[in-house]
Amino acid sequence: MSSMFYRNRYLISRRVIQIATMGLFVAANVLSFDILKGNLSYSELLDTIPLSDPYALLQMALAGATITSSLLIGGVIAVLFYAIIGGRAFCAWVCPVNLVTDAANGLRRKLNFDKDDRPVRISRKIRYWVMGLGLLLSFMLGYATFELISPVSIIHRGIIYGMGYGWLVAVAIFLFDLFVLKNGFCGHLCPLGGFYSLISVKSLIRIDHIRDKCTLCMLCRDVCPEPQVMPMIGKRDEMVLAGECSNCGKCIDVCADDAMMFRLRKNL
Amino acid sequence: MSEEKIDARRRRFLVQLMKSAGLAAVGGIAWSGVVHEVASSPLVLRPPGALDTDEFLAHCIKCGLCVQACPYDTLKLAAPGDDKPLGTPFFIPRDVPCYMCQDIPCVPVCPSGALDEASVSVERDGKPVLDINKAKIGIAVVDNKSCLAYWGIQCDACYRVCPLIDRAITLDYDRNRRTGMHATLIPYIDPDHCTGCGLCEHACITDKASITVLPLDVVQGSVDARYIKGWDSADESRIDPNRSQIRNETERSNRDPVDYLNEDILSDE
Repeated sequence: MSSMFYRNRYLISRRVIQIATMGLFVAANVLSFDILKGNLSYSELLDTIPLSDPYALLQMALAGATITSSLLIGGVIAVLFYAIIGGRAFCAWVCPVNLVTDAANGLRRKLNFDKDDRPVRISRKIRYWVMGLGLLLSFMLGYATFELISPVSIIHRGIIYGMGYGWLVAVAIFLFDLFVLKNGFCGHLCPLGGFYSLISVKSLIRIDHIRDKCTLCMLCRDVCPEPQVMPMIGKRDEMVLAGECSNCGKCIDVCADDAMMFRLRKNL
Repeated sequence: MSEEKIDARRRRFLVQLMKSAGLAAVGGIAWSGVVHEVASSPLVLRPPGALDTDEFLAHCIKCGLCVQACPYDTLKLAAPGDDKPLGTPFFIPRDVPCYMCQDIPCVPVCPSGALDEASVSVERDGKPVLDINKAKIGIAVVDNKSCLAYWGIQCDACYRVCPLIDRAITLDYDRNRRTGMHATLIPYIDPDHCTGCGLCEHACITDKASITVLPLDVVQGSVDARYIKGWDSADESRIDPNRSQIRNETERSNRDPVDYLNEDILSDE
């Protein structure tokens, strides 16, 4: 079975979930269809279950805000879900910036930018510095500092409540990823991605690799937004255990040999 | 490991540390600069019950539930281009004022405590009950050069539309000094009652509103402690009760003031 649909099954699933989530948020605001209302900073599912952005909560707490119980419960639910089950799935399955950076990434491949003989390289660790800096500045200035500039929030809020010039942020990220740095924003800079990478090192849902099926085409590493997490390709049977893996499933979609798949983690 | 090798590693480590710290400092300065500029726009009208500016900015998680709860689409979340702290709720009364809903739907939905229910509640039968008249969103200010009432034209649009008519806005009847035979009906705002809802600004008939709601902390002055309202017994009680015991005696105070003041004049003659 190698239909178009099958070869893009995780891409399609991700787009469906991303757009459906956004659709529910928009429907709550525009039509008062209250299944999921609020936005990615804080939302309420079915008017009862709070969900909040744990990195935002950390910033707020350091900024000196008292964290209310609904915010705290929402943050705990989010952390538990991603840390135990989903891994860094937020980035690939929920975040609206993913649509922008996936588009830039796809266009790069179409235009053969990746064959550039002098690519810009910066450390993928920068996101952790940005994450720490965001917390430090929140403490020093008394505001949730990343929340006041976060492209994730600007774009997501824009879709629900009105964009203003927020679309320029999306364009800037697109151009940055296209011309400056491959996977630049999501893979290098975004502190929220860094935060989810840190908390998801022990999560259950993992990409698994079966060496015997692998024909070493390396398409999976070409397509992966975080290729440093898959050093085992063609070498050994091993799960991708690095927190930076966003469980996007691009490697599974692209593998014609069925050497990649989602599995539950065997040993914790 | 040889000593040179350790030395080289140590040097590399220190250089790396310095580079990282330098990068972080550059980023931190730029970042905090941007955030500080963004956060320090003082002319923002918040939903009812909002905490003071700095506390509000620290608490608001920018979820927009207040915006969704507002039945008049008064509230907006600041987007890039609005020149307000990004993602925080605000309103522009000239576009859509706050209609002062009795049940204040925007406040109880706030999950973060940035909109404080207690600040817009009164106690009734031992229970807190929401009361929008307690809101302190801002305060209306009149430009007496463009307000037609000051010209002597009878316009009482702001007065008529005020939800707290004769409390928040009163009309002061005065004679028209220009014509000498007519009256002026001047609107006055009582800060003790004005909620800052902005219905007056919305209703003002001049091209650009001549009555404008401004945030409280922008408009309100503060008087230092040494000024005391002598006619207000509560205020007067701030005076140290022992003050009458204090005596200030100098060489001068032993003489009669009249003698002292006239001393030089007399001696000249």
